Amino acid sequence: MAEIKRDSPLYTIGFAALVCIVCALPIAGAAVALRPKQELNARLDRLGKVLAVAGLMERNEKLTPEELEARFDASVVARAIDMRTGEAVDTIDTKAYDQRRAARDPLISSTAPENAARVLRVPNVAVVYEVMAADTLQAVIVPIQGYGLWSTMYGYLALAPNATTVSGITFYEHGETAGLGGEIENPRWQARWIGREAFNDQGDVALEVIKGAAGPAATDPYRVDGLSGATITGRGVSATLDFWLGPNGFGPYLDRLRATRAR
Amino acid sequence: MLDKQSRSALMDPLFDDNPIAKQVLGICSALAVTTLMAPSFVMCLAVTGVLVASNVSISLIRKWIPSSIRIIVQLTVISSLVIITDQLLKAYAYSVSRQLSVFVGLIITNCIIMGRAEGFAMQNGPKASFFDAVGNSVGYSLVLLFVAAFRELFGSGSLFGIRILPLVSDGGWYTPNGLMVLSPAAFFLIGGLIWALRTWKPKQIEVEPVVEIDHAVVEPAQPRQAA
Repeated sequence: MAEIKRDSPLYTIGFAALVCIVCALPIAGAAVALRPKQELNARLDRLGKVLAVAGLMERNEKLTPEELEARFDASVVARAIDMRTGEAVDTIDTKAYDQRRAARDPLISSTAPENAARVLRVPNVAVVYEVMAADTLQAVIVPIQGYGLWSTMYGYLALAPNATTVSGITFYEHGETAGLGGEIENPRWQARWIGREAFNDQGDVALEVIKGAAGPAATDPYRVDGLSGATITGRGVSATLDFWLGPNGFGPYLDRLRATRAR
Repeated sequence: MLDKQSRSALMDPLFDDNPIAKQVLGICSALAVTTLMAPSFVMCLAVTGVLVASNVSISLIRKWIPSSIRIIVQLTVISSLVIITDQLLKAYAYSVSRQLSVFVGLIITNCIIMGRAEGFAMQNGPKASFFDAVGNSVGYSLVLLFVAAFRELFGSGSLFGIRILPLVSDGGWYTPNGLMVLSPAAFFLIGGLIWALRTWKPKQIEVEPVVEIDHAVVEPAQPRQAA
């Protein structure tokens, strides 16, 4: 090997530059080559979550991507809506729309007023899902997110066409303590929500997670069992519902939904 | 058969010089991802892939790395490999990559990988470095899977998601041990493992054992000067 001064500044800089280039190429290559597949995965994952909360898919059911798409297209309509008016927006491709990214972009989102769910920004446009069967609305599914004890919890809430009775809830991403707050993922706990009422007769968001056990949905419609050892997570879930069903969340959309039904 | 150096590079990290139990490296991930077997297994594969690739590539360029920037060069190589691994997981094992979340990215900070790059690959050829990487990955994986097996079996009553102990909440008899799903459980398990390993192989104990002296042949103690 030719004698090179390994510690001369010039050699060091040259070597560093070379390492950077050599390392950057495969990273850029991987990022570009794998992006379509990753985005497809993220989308399919989202479809699966929506189908599960709509009750159209069993918990551990394994579907191929094609089956998933087919089942989704058969009964669910994704609709982009304007958060402030609740009106449908036609200019957005719901398949490509990334709501979380939109919420970070100051041009297409706004700052949320201070809230207990610690939601910082609300996108101008959100994607909601309408579950249809034989041309009648079965349920609407709205994305929700809020802060628990350690982390932001992301989930979906499904409401019956009356826009108040809960027909399902799921949390698919969170960093709460496994076994305690992490139990928000537990299907048995999520099942306790079904049939409860989100809004009281005055039209205020009333549903909340309490400490201890709540009665059956028919007699105790506004309360849901707390998770033992996870009081703060439960409080976060209550605040999340309060925010996203309220006027700064999907309130306008749900109002329109009720108005359409009343007609 | 393998030459002696490769052989010891491969075999030593399994028990004699285990990265977790003896070198006490990579503890953070051993605590974080071991609640279930499946993510632990994928984590082991990811660490193995990164460690083998980083050890071999560092070893290949070791003679050209300027010593003043060697650590940063190692870090650049390692982090590039980790990013690629993360991208691959997101593309081909999406649900597991969701479970592992930030811990794949944190492989960069897994001390085993830099420790082997700086401690072994910088001094040894690519072949020995390859076996050193495989040995250390397997040693790491053994501990990770051991801890995960305990935690999943007693914390969730299953192994690889397959129900072994029927839970009370599903109408069975087993009440899951809540401690097992929390990080401290891994501390206790790894602590117990280190203790067991050092009882089996007392050479791993760092403190010099008290040497027994046959008094009959020892001369009367001289007053010793303090060192």
